[in-house]
Amino acid sequence: MTSEPIANRIVVRRLQEWDAASVAQALEFRGELTLTIPREQLLRTADFLRTDSQLEFSFLSDISPVDRFPMEPRFEVNYHLLSLQLSERIRLKVRLSGGDPVIPSVTSVWSGANWHEREAFDLFGIQFTGHPDLRRLLMPDEWEGYPLRKDYPVEGPR
Amino acid sequence: MPVTVETVTGASRSMVLNMGPQHPSTHGVLRLILELEGERVVKAEPIIGYLHTGIEKTCEAKTYSQVVTLTDRVDYLCPLSNNLGYCIAVEKLLGLEVPKRAQYIRVLLTEMTRVASHLVWLGTHAIDLGAMSVFLYTFREREEIMRLFEMVSGQRMMTSYFRVGGLALEPPTGWLDRVASLLEMLPPRFAEYDDLLRSNRIWLARTQGVGYLNPEDAIAIGVSGPSLRGSGVSYDVRKTFPYSSYDEFDFNVIVEQAGDCYARYLVRLAEMRESLKIVRQAMNNIPADGPFRADAPGIVPPSREEMKTSIEGLIYHFKIYTEGFAPPPGEVYSVTESPRGELGYFVVSDGSAKPYRVKMRAPSFVNLQALREMVEGRLISDVVACIGTIDIVLGEVDR
Repeated sequence: MTSEPIANRIVVRRLQEWDAASVAQALEFRGELTLTIPREQLLRTADFLRTDSQLEFSFLSDISPVDRFPMEPRFEVNYHLLSLQLSERIRLKVRLSGGDPVIPSVTSVWSGANWHEREAFDLFGIQFTGHPDLRRLLMPDEWEGYPLRKDYPVEGPR
Repeated sequence: MPVTVETVTGASRSMVLNMGPQHPSTHGVLRLILELEGERVVKAEPIIGYLHTGIEKTCEAKTYSQVVTLTDRVDYLCPLSNNLGYCIAVEKLLGLEVPKRAQYIRVLLTEMTRVASHLVWLGTHAIDLGAMSVFLYTFREREEIMRLFEMVSGQRMMTSYFRVGGLALEPPTGWLDRVASLLEMLPPRFAEYDDLLRSNRIWLARTQGVGYLNPEDAIAIGVSGPSLRGSGVSYDVRKTFPYSSYDEFDFNVIVEQAGDCYARYLVRLAEMRESLKIVRQAMNNIPADGPFRADAPGIVPPSREEMKTSIEGLIYHFKIYTEGFAPPPGEVYSVTESPRGELGYFVVSDGSAKPYRVKMRAPSFVNLQALREMVEGRLISDVVACIGTIDIVLGEVDR
């Protein structure tokens, strides 16, 4: 894949120029760029990535949470973004502690985030503040527990 | 718990209608709560999850090779596309290169899957809108493609034919003749469907100008595949991020500007023809011999011969089927173009023999969110056309 240093990638360069504090860590694995973002910076970084005329990450592919139980910070929320203009993908990663799994909703940036966030809430119990309609999506409304958490048994609750 | 829908207008004229989950035109178990004013839809609320099986959780309890069997069951109309997406993700995680021959066979079979899936879509969409005969014809042709899958994998639907590192089996002799006869048979049949539909006034009235989706909304929602290309956005994973040697094939990305159900029909119909073009190129250029699996001891099972005659082969065989293999810790997101759009597999490894997390980015899960844009303000009869045009597979939506 690409062998150029991470700092030369246009996404990293633009973000550094914009606000050096926005990205806590940039990693590359198998040619995929992962940018770790502090929770407080998520909304404004997401908005910048989507609206910046050189980047235009207008397409949110997916939101995939991962539960690292019993490690802390326990949760990772991964945002897979695509820029149709650059033909480039990046992954934004936000880490959340197990005691406080709250993260701002990005539905105001990408309206398609709606169901992705509802799914993450449903299966991982992550709260998205500012989400217009945060209800369970796949599981029944009265379900107890969050099935995709690592401390939830594979066989189910009984 | 009853689902409540607040009426937007609060006017006494509006009524709430439940549609599904048992309804023939919802293509499975989709449920819609429609708020109506007369025949007009004011608000549409899709309710999903009736087919939720927790397949992502199950993946975490299986070894990497066992998960291949689960991916068949995610989207039952294109099992091979899902096999491919998952295998590419694990191969990327392992840094494994797949032999050319396997790559070409994979391309050939996934394109055949695309045709089979589009045929089901066309038949069911047409029957929803009152054109019954097309359904009978498309299923007849799909069955021929299913026979090809049965020939190579032993199964019509749950193929599990692509494995990490290559293919499950050497394809049988004479299978390319079957492919060649399909290539002869299909194009005139496509013309036949087009004749049946394009001159059908009911079909035109119920698809043209119906279910409009503008490109900005489509991108903001994350719509992909033919539904996005029908709105004039030229994004196809096979061209933008080529995988499995797609960059060596010559084909066009079909784009239509109108953004309505008819445009999406034109896109899918033309795509089937493009798929056959790819199949023909793959068929003519498959390396005649060479391995169909990567040479990766400990990951790819040894041949029967090797297993029976060498001690290493025996040990690897035993270890692969009892313990599995452990990719290095890391995470990858593989994207492929399934018949419904961008199919993503996000696979996280913690260095053990079981995936730590498998997240499936199901294209129709995302595309279904566009239903609201399409139907609100339209007549209730258009709802059926709009559900059909998105081409949802509930197995994939609910996972």
